[in-house]
Amino acid sequence: MHKITYKREMAEKTVCHLKVDAPRIARKAKPGQFVVVKANETGERIPLTMGGTDPSAGTIDLIFQVVGKSTALLRTLNVGDAIQDIIGPLGKPTHVENIGTVVCVGGGTGVAVMYPITKAYKEAGNHVIAIIGARNKDLLILEEEMKAASHDLRVTTDDGSYGHHGFVTDVLKKILDEQNQVKLVVGIGPVPMMKFLCKLTKGYGVKTMVSLNPIMVDATGMCGACRVTVGGKTMFCCVDGPEFDGHEVDYDELVKRQRAYLTEEKASLDRFKEIGR
Amino acid sequence: MVEKEKKEKPKIPRQKMPEQEAKVRAKNFNEVPLGYTPELAQLEASRCIQCKKPKCIEGCPVEIDIPAFIKRIQDGDFVGAARKLKERNSLPAVCGRVCPQEDQCEKVCIVGKKGEPVAVGRLERFAADWEKEKEEVFIPGKAPATGKKVAVVGSGPAGLTVAGDLVLKGHEVTIFEALHKTGGVLIYGIPEFRLPKDIVQAEVSYLERLGVKVECNCVVGRIETVDELLTEYDAIFLGLGAGLPQFLNVPGENFCGIYSANEYLTRSNLMKAYLFPRYDTPIARGKNVAIFGAGNVAMDSARTALRLGADTVRIIYRRSRDEMPARIEEIHHAEEEGVQFHLLTAPIRFLGDDNGWVTGVECLRMELGEPDESGRRRPVPIKGSEFQLECDLAVVAIGAGPNPLLPATTPGLELNKRGYIVADLETGKTNKPEVWAGGDIVTGSATVILAMGAGRKAANSIQEYLMSK
Repeated sequence: MHKITYKREMAEKTVCHLKVDAPRIARKAKPGQFVVVKANETGERIPLTMGGTDPSAGTIDLIFQVVGKSTALLRTLNVGDAIQDIIGPLGKPTHVENIGTVVCVGGGTGVAVMYPITKAYKEAGNHVIAIIGARNKDLLILEEEMKAASHDLRVTTDDGSYGHHGFVTDVLKKILDEQNQVKLVVGIGPVPMMKFLCKLTKGYGVKTMVSLNPIMVDATGMCGACRVTVGGKTMFCCVDGPEFDGHEVDYDELVKRQRAYLTEEKASLDRFKEIGR
Repeated sequence: MVEKEKKEKPKIPRQKMPEQEAKVRAKNFNEVPLGYTPELAQLEASRCIQCKKPKCIEGCPVEIDIPAFIKRIQDGDFVGAARKLKERNSLPAVCGRVCPQEDQCEKVCIVGKKGEPVAVGRLERFAADWEKEKEEVFIPGKAPATGKKVAVVGSGPAGLTVAGDLVLKGHEVTIFEALHKTGGVLIYGIPEFRLPKDIVQAEVSYLERLGVKVECNCVVGRIETVDELLTEYDAIFLGLGAGLPQFLNVPGENFCGIYSANEYLTRSNLMKAYLFPRYDTPIARGKNVAIFGAGNVAMDSARTALRLGADTVRIIYRRSRDEMPARIEEIHHAEEEGVQFHLLTAPIRFLGDDNGWVTGVECLRMELGEPDESGRRRPVPIKGSEFQLECDLAVVAIGAGPNPLLPATTPGLELNKRGYIVADLETGKTNKPEVWAGGDIVTGSATVILAMGAGRKAANSIQEYLMSK
């Protein structure tokens, strides 16, 4: 059992941040890794990225968008409540080294995943430019944190209610046009964002890493639910990833596989709204 | 005269176990065989002639004293029979159900030479269930504490055996399990209708009552490495299982609705997706299901698909009936329930729709050629025999390999070419000091009882090592 020690809601309650007791995971986890969470006895196993860890307090930060029943259920938990199972750290950590200038691009809830990675690149001595985006100002998350984690933060909103009016890719294009010392772009967000971001950076010949979030079950390489095609080869995101060379990923397949249970997910969420379990 | 009377005594036939009727059971997840009544058990036990030189004990990978436990059933001492079993086998309720007895104890049974062998497995199951139902589970005495600590990685049949054996020797034993529930393949792989999960849970709680500590949600290799565990434990046993699904490697295999058997069975068994939406994990319910492979896992997948409401379930296998690796009993059960067999048929690509869902599979017909390295006749494609089968769900059950997660984080641990851990088959010793291994991670996919046999040997070797240390 993992007690919740802190809770806040963000982005008009579409995103929830929980700090939970998980001392061993907090000690071991590295940026880029994730955990699997199973809320209760009847719950499903869902992968969630860690928005950070606090080894001294023995807590990890779960930051997730409320999309289906499992995340809706997690949001109903309060400080003092407990999550039954948390498994991790899983996946390969981000390969962080000092390479020069790195651009970290986070879209939507992807910013939460991006945050510890951005911090790690900065701590490794890189010049870090961060771009974060959301549909509008109210949906933007972790702006202050990302500002501190980078040298230069740019903000975009689709509707222009804050920061640059447009997409993260617009700002990235401008940066790539202005300077040619960018060694690496890291993009994490909705699949369409990552797809277009990679199309753009491919044209500039800049290496780009993305972090993928397909459906998983055991997340230890045992089931193959999370297969993704990278460079024409089938990979297991849970053990081979979650980060991959963005220019090699088959995003269309990823989107289709993410949508495999849409009908069941809707039925499950509707039932939860109706009877509360 | 007396002699003659004996010979004329009517022969008692091998007693069948009552089971759910095929049409009924194909729609539910309840256990298929219902077990012997005490009367049936005693009748069957009476068929055992208590050989002076029994062959059955040698036929058993954990050398259960089979005549002795059957004698107790003959005498009506059912609890005594269970305790006799437990002297050699910590999981009799499991083994009575899933052991391939026809290839082991029953194969060499003397009674079986001139008729049908004594139904050892069914009797084992009866005795173990009796003890459980009567709540007379016996907790044997433990050796005095030794102060030695043993870590067991994996809570499948091999790991449970090691833990059970060593805790009785007075060592402090901790099991590390990667999933949120213990039992390994017994819990995620074998379906409820073949092995009820409360039986597995009961076996694990028995070990816990003996003093074994269990830590679930611990992926060794991630949360702790083997080397880190070695700083705290005197010996480590790796019973990781064969946790890497094999795929067909044909085009279209990543369409939605195509599962590895591991995923399909894990969703249904471990996550209880067959109870969706009461349980949150969904599972695709196909009307027209294709299963690739013909081992026990393929039969389990096929029978699960039927229970999840499929109209048609086809086993597609590239060799012929004689080469099917599944137990005859499993094939028989699947056939009775309506599973169709398409033999000498190999898939070459999957077909899908615009949403990325599987709609069919293109296959080739095969014929048998010369024997291959496995000794079985090699299937050879018949040119121009391509044809298509419709399916909206497919399960690939062609075997599993070694999961590389732990080996990759354990420097110095010797692996073979295929990635399995190299361990002495008599002792379970690996090349890494203080590390033993056994079960599917050493031999490749095999049976529950063979994994338990490997666990027993490793436990003996660990005991010897710890006491000489």
